[in-house]
Amino acid sequence: MSDLTPNTSEYFSAVKREVMRLVAGAIIPADPARDMPGADDPAILDDILASAGRDADDLARALDILGAEGAQITDASLARFRDDHPALAGVLSLVIAQCYYRDDRVLVAIGMEPRAPFPKGYEVAQGDWSLLDPVRARGPIYRDVPQEGTDT
Amino acid sequence: MAEMNEPVDVLIIGGGASGAAVAWSLAETKMHIVCLEQGDWIKNEGFPSTGRDWEARQFGDFAISPNRRKLEADYPINEDNSPIKVANFNGVGGGTILYAGHFPRFHPSDFKVKTLDDVADDWPIDYATLEPFFELNDKMTGVAALAGDPAYPSKPAVMPPLPMGRSCEVIGEAMNKLGWHWWPSDAAINTQEYEGRAPCINLGHCGSGCAQGAKATTDGTYWPEAIRARVELRHRCRVRRIETNEDDMATGAYYVDPDGVERFQPAEIVIVACNGVGTPRLLLNSASERFPDGLCNSSRMVGKNLMFHPYSQVRGHVDEKLEGYKGPRIGTWSMEFYETDPKRGFKRGYCYQFSRGYGPVATAVNGMADGIIPWGAGHHEAFGRMFDHSLGMLAICEDLPEEINRVTIDPHLTDSDGIPAPRITYRLSENSKRMLDHSVARGKEILQAAGARDITHKTIFPGAGWHLMGTARMGTDPKTSVVNEWGRSHDVRNLFIVDGSVFVTSGGVNPTSTIQAIALYVADQIKNRIYELFD
Ligand SMILES: Cc1cc2nc3c(=O)[nH]c(=O)nc-3n(C[C@H](O)[C@H](O)[C@H](O)COP(=O)(O)OP(=O)(O)OC[C@H]3O[C@@H](n4cnc5c(N)ncnc54)[C@H](O)[C@@H]3O)c2cc1C
Ligand code: SF4
Repeated sequence: MSDLTPNTSEYFSAVKREVMRLVAGAIIPADPARDMPGADDPAILDDILASAGRDADDLARALDILGAEGAQITDASLARFRDDHPALAGVLSLVIAQCYYRDDRVLVAIGMEPRAPFPKGYEVAQGDWSLLDPVRARGPIYRDVPQEGTDT
Repeated sequence: MAEMNEPVDVLIIGGGASGAAVAWSLAETKMHIVCLEQGDWIKNEGFPSTGRDWEARQFGDFAISPNRRKLEADYPINEDNSPIKVANFNGVGGGTILYAGHFPRFHPSDFKVKTLDDVADDWPIDYATLEPFFELNDKMTGVAALAGDPAYPSKPAVMPPLPMGRSCEVIGEAMNKLGWHWWPSDAAINTQEYEGRAPCINLGHCGSGCAQGAKATTDGTYWPEAIRARVELRHRCRVRRIETNEDDMATGAYYVDPDGVERFQPAEIVIVACNGVGTPRLLLNSASERFPDGLCNSSRMVGKNLMFHPYSQVRGHVDEKLEGYKGPRIGTWSMEFYETDPKRGFKRGYCYQFSRGYGPVATAVNGMADGIIPWGAGHHEAFGRMFDHSLGMLAICEDLPEEINRVTIDPHLTDSDGIPAPRITYRLSENSKRMLDHSVARGKEILQAAGARDITHKTIFPGAGWHLMGTARMGTDPKTSVVNEWGRSHDVRNLFIVDGSVFVTSGGVNPTSTIQAIALYVADQIKNRIYELFD
């Protein structure tokens, strides 16, 4: 099965794209000290707008509301938006984070290998199995119940 | 007019966890068996973990909610009147495609709750009845486990348990401080090559399908064996209704084939395996002059007693790095609070399913929703404190059956073939609310004992409606149950139900091991009673 989520690149008007740029940069700003771009980085922004998928309509609504305030995206206007429209705020968080946190630069900065999990996979340590000794020492804890079985 | 197919001996409707198990077991009879499944085969190479958008797709075409996923195979569900929303997957393998592979059996006490705790009803079968089928299912599935869990009667392990990794160790150390039970979870995940399926390579994304094929999904376990034994599985075939004759026997089912053609499949025996929502939907949609309240519904219990397992979630963060995005989501469990203790103020109990950390997208999305990762300045600082430091648990609370919790047919909603869709009406009982509160309080104690900070909780985890049970309950009395003690409808003597609908009570553990054990047990009953099957 291929990814059945539609590409939404063409879905947003120039005005909405600009509002999205301002909002993305305000929600996840660049952090040069950590070598991290902002979510308004052109490549990440394109990805966000192309990947809105099932949330495209809600995202458009959110951008209309935020853009209507004269595109003055400030911490205060965003905080107000979160209070007034919690579900749409959740959509903004999702559409931005799902693209931001797959950008190579971001993944390297947070200590991950910039790759798909498959096919290389990862190693996980077995751990210390002797930690179970006290659990064993306590003995059975299940409730014993007379069993009849059923004729088969 | 529907096109008429050649008759078959057995028609199975639904190719998920239970449909696959019953098909495989019956295959040895050499009867002509056909299964109709509304969804497709899903190829391993198409799963999200093969691509860079691996996390995003869990919110898209691999979303657990059919109402969000909205793929062709999905049917909509009106769940406006339920605080818990349905999660499923419609395709060959059913819910196992997305399940976490947490594979506990029901406990012996789960079948006797009336006798032990004076709630709900006892089952007409018990742990001993199912034990050989649990064991067979464990072998067919390939269950990784550590023998000797003090929370269960002795049971064998098919292969070594999942690795603990640091996340499970930290929780284990905390549980030891508190003196509470914990143990490696039984997992339907290969820790070594098994029956031609590869071992787990810790992709960490079992909940969106396992690209490695290490997670035991029935499209990779039972189905290949059943098909080799000449069971015919027809995918992208959606059943509209089951038909009956003047003797009140099922004659077969009407379905829509992949080309949109209406067909009738005649059959001697019909087995329904569409899950706790799909099965009552189909039975209610099969109402006729003879069965005006829906098929198999003289008891009026079809659709009633829907049980979900209310889930709570508690998560926290420790200072050390846990590498928790690596490895299966599941690892260890606790049965400390499984049995009734009158001091707790509720009957029955719950298990904890401890879970590892999240990938970066889920960390950010959850952190922003929970208010522990801010928008704007401070985002990166907070993200750095959470990502790869997170651990926690889900509590799986026993849901007691209540007739008001139910599946009915929505008067307006239909799927893409125009088949009426289900509507869920569900509310949490006082017993469940008290149990959820208890699970959150104890969960916080565990995380505090683990030295966690930034602890968050959800007393009810709304998206966790993935266990669907009780809507065609089993019993010896036709007035109060839909199927008898071996899965046959009281009303329609050649119709069997094998999915979670037949559960009398829900237990406090994930149900699939028990669902499949029941499917194998019902198949065994069909084989052993073949000469008196319809009496
Ligand atoms: C995200 C998620 C995580 C889970 N994690 C766990 C876990 O860790 N452990 C556990 O034990 N369980 C887990 N589960 C639950 C598990 O998947 C189910 O218990 C199990 O799959 C139920 O088996 P079933 O045979 O009853 O139904 P299903 O597996 O749901 O199969 C029903 C099949 O019937 C088909 N069908 C329905 N109606 C029709 C129709 N009219 N015509 C044709 N076909 C139809 C459907 O397409 C589907 O494939 C999880 C589920 C989800 C969604
Ligand atoms: S962690 Fe293991 S079982 Fe889960 S998806 Fe990865 S390989 Fe499959």
